[in-house]
Amino acid sequence: MALDEVKIGGLGASRRRVEDNRFIRGKGNYVDDIVLPGMLHMEILRSPLAHARIASIDVSGAWAVPGVRLVLTGEMMAARNLAWMPTLSYDTQAVLATDKVRFQGQEVACVIADDPYIAKDGCEAIVVEYEPLPPIVNPQQAMAVDAPLIRDDKVNQADNKIFDWEVGDKDGTDRAFAQADVVSEIEMHYPRSHPSPIEACGSIADFDRSTSKLTVYMTTQAPHIIRAAVSLVAEIPEHMIRIISPDLGGGFGNKVPVYPGYVMSILASILTERPVKWIEDKSGNLISTGFGRDVYLKGQVAMRNDGKILGVRMHTDSDHGAFFSDAQPSKFKIGLMHSAFACYDVPTAHLTATGVYTNKAPGGVAYRCSFRVTEAMFFQERMICAAADDLGMDQAEFRRVNLVRDDDFPKRTPFGFLTDSGQYEKCLDIGLEAIGYADFKQEQEEARKRGRLLGIGISTMTEPLGAGNSREYDILGIKMFDSAELRIHMTGKAILRTGAKTQGQGHETTWAQIVAHELGIPADDIVVEEGDTDTAPFGMGTYASRSTPVAGAAVAMVSRKIRAKARKIAAHLLEASEEDVEWELGRFYVRGAQDRGVSIQECAMAAYSNVPDGMEPGLENNAYYDPPNLTWPFACYIAKVEVDPETGVWDVLHMVAVDDCGVRINPMIVEGQIMGGLTEAYAMANMQFITFDEDGNCIGSNYMDYLLPTAWETPGFELHEVVTPCPHHPIGAKGIGECATVGGPAAFVNAVMDALKHTGVRNIDMPLLPDRVHDALTTGNDVSGMPPVKTEA
Amino acid sequence: MTLFEEVPVTTTREIPVRRVQMRVNGETRAANIEPRLLLAHLLRNGLQLTGTHTGCDTTNCGACTVLFDGQPVKSCTMFAVQADGHEITTVEGLATASELHPIQEGFKDEHGLQCGFCTPGMMLSAKALLEENPNPTEDEVRWALSGNLCRCTGYQNIVKAVLWAAEKMRGYTPASDDAADGGGEA
Ligand code: FES
Ligand code: FES
Repeated sequence: MALDEVKIGGLGASRRRVEDNRFIRGKGNYVDDIVLPGMLHMEILRSPLAHARIASIDVSGAWAVPGVRLVLTGEMMAARNLAWMPTLSYDTQAVLATDKVRFQGQEVACVIADDPYIAKDGCEAIVVEYEPLPPIVNPQQAMAVDAPLIRDDKVNQADNKIFDWEVGDKDGTDRAFAQADVVSEIEMHYPRSHPSPIEACGSIADFDRSTSKLTVYMTTQAPHIIRAAVSLVAEIPEHMIRIISPDLGGGFGNKVPVYPGYVMSILASILTERPVKWIEDKSGNLISTGFGRDVYLKGQVAMRNDGKILGVRMHTDSDHGAFFSDAQPSKFKIGLMHSAFACYDVPTAHLTATGVYTNKAPGGVAYRCSFRVTEAMFFQERMICAAADDLGMDQAEFRRVNLVRDDDFPKRTPFGFLTDSGQYEKCLDIGLEAIGYADFKQEQEEARKRGRLLGIGISTMTEPLGAGNSREYDILGIKMFDSAELRIHMTGKAILRTGAKTQGQGHETTWAQIVAHELGIPADDIVVEEGDTDTAPFGMGTYASRSTPVAGAAVAMVSRKIRAKARKIAAHLLEASEEDVEWELGRFYVRGAQDRGVSIQECAMAAYSNVPDGMEPGLENNAYYDPPNLTWPFACYIAKVEVDPETGVWDVLHMVAVDDCGVRINPMIVEGQIMGGLTEAYAMANMQFITFDEDGNCIGSNYMDYLLPTAWETPGFELHEVVTPCPHHPIGAKGIGECATVGGPAAFVNAVMDALKHTGVRNIDMPLLPDRVHDALTTGNDVSGMPPVKTEA
Repeated sequence: MTLFEEVPVTTTREIPVRRVQMRVNGETRAANIEPRLLLAHLLRNGLQLTGTHTGCDTTNCGACTVLFDGQPVKSCTMFAVQADGHEITTVEGLATASELHPIQEGFKDEHGLQCGFCTPGMMLSAKALLEENPNPTEDEVRWALSGNLCRCTGYQNIVKAVLWAAEKMRGYTPASDDAADGGGEA
């Protein structure tokens, strides 16, 4: 008898999480929990200014503090060729500043001491003299003809521009616009936002002189990329480097890049020959590590009077901070911005993009995002919203006219991606029904008569998850594969390892479910391990919702390799020919004689005790997976809000999410991902705010200024599901982790705009803080979020 | 059991060291410490109770929440010397050797955690709430947890977890949907 898949914790089981057993007991093992014998502690001294020449650094005070073991400055790093390091986007980034500081919070020196308090004392005793330079806080200022040059360290860098890039069909798009009945235009800013996992970054470097081996415990989402990067930067052979990423207190893209703190802790360990721990504080994390977004858009939609979109134009100006260190596939300068409009039948489109340096922290990481798709989908849905309004067409109807139909797949998107599956209109219908769209217009009308402002905002989108196929996706030339290794022990228990790295997504639970589905081994009999480069097979890491599409597929494929070998063993045990052996969950049997069978566990035992002649013993294997395409989940998010006309405060009355992420491995975990994503979407729309004053001071450098929503203000969410299996993924799954963060913000913003429609306001830049909404309500003008620029007094 | 121990003083400077004694998870612990040492750091580094996390420098995140004479406090914002003579409960004190606390069970059953970093603090805030109010409404739970940030879950399942625990602590069997348990024993 085949096993009951849900009972063994297979596909579709809301299996309770294995990792919770340690977390609920306070027995997680995060970087800061690890203590090595003789360990020293490192603290970083950061620049208080955004742009300044360093006149002098006097570290004698730090050396005088008892318990200080080492003080590092840029000059000392430079002597070892470590003052600069390469970024993931073919630029360089200062590890410790030598010539000048280029953003507030930049690393200027570090102190290594017996304990972290003493290391802090040491930092306070360092005296740095700065000569201030004019700071640049936005792209317009950066591109002004007389703008001061930020990257004077680079040869051939005459201005502050990083790139000009374009994609799409310019002439075709021009022709489409020439034929349009209506052209809708809108400009906006997607503000800088910080992923801000509750656990900040940190590392413990442990260089062992006797073996020449460097072990680094590190908060990283991509340990294997880090191993390669450390090998290149520090010139240590790759096999002598072991990166261990222990439990991570969240990541959200923040823990992908290589940060100066990691590099300094490594050098400090080499110099002191003792383990060196660096634990970043929250303000260090917020002002210096990978932010997300910070992109300005000029968008245009060409339409016929009947609502059909004919073409789209987009221009983006992106602010990358002082170093171009975006973590993104090398072919695409502005990430996957050109995934915009993938769910709509748009015949032609053209995108131009300009990237610039400013005196702000570098990063441009994919914050719960696949390389700028968050901006792409936000811009798309804000443009769609404005276009429908300009036409005077209902928001839902306008989408219905333009959404790609179920029988149109595979469908080329306007910028050349290939979408392959979905039921877009069905998702929209479910969402509209759930929010009560049919009756809303009347409700809104009546409320308005009583002075209450209600609005509904829709956001529909499909996004490319699971980078990616090797034809198109690489980071620094390394193709974006993932792999899995599976060992079945003789008693039928197993250990699975992958090159992904869980940060709360629950891989220890769900990977075992995929194996259970493929092999019928109960999930509880399978241990999952990740994060240690000495034991885990190669992988590009976990970000951009790529784990299930890529590593998860490798898990299915390695299980199938095991099953293929087990089938041969079963044929041997059953004394049947392999062609006559059939599989059902958990066992093989002889065709036509279902009771003559052997379980997968019996095959495992035989692999170590009774293999057929000529067969290699054992039952283990590995698999690399190169996805043929991206996966394309679809989502429809609809928010209903009420805006208080007196204060500009807005509340979410109802939030509906309809997600189609294909086959769900563990529905409980999928829903957890969606709710977490919606909360970050709400946060970005409502309160999360990192901006800069005219001097380049970071406003939002701590949790008193950078507001994360609490349980009190976070709305409740109503979730619905549609399942359109991915046609090319081995188990039909699509990515999901980031969908709600990507598609969610536009639903909230569109809802507030709907509530304000009578005022003629077309745009308020995120976050929609009460004062911004209030301004818009009282003046009837759009509200821009561009940072203020210093003008000479 | 009374455990008396010396926590090594790491500094080599002439800083007056203070002797403190407190009950932590029911055991008496004593230590010689620098007056500036934060309670969170005494618990984590001195007493090796690393379930208490630190997630910010501004008393906002609540990852460091412990119970101080039964009241939730942020241990990153108290000096360890202020705990002298007091009673502290950390996440390590929630379960007994054989049994999880219902709040721990609830968090697992209702998927009230993802990365787990906020979880110890959340659970302790929840414990303080349920001891004062055994039958809270959803709003009361949300308000009681509003000093604890979670970046992963969106709170909805945390609220469900606390309500699940409340029901169990009142003597009912909370509803739980189908599905295999992960990792055998909870
Ligand atoms: S560590 Fe954030 S409140 Fe204590
Ligand atoms: S579970 Fe990650 S912060 Fe709450």
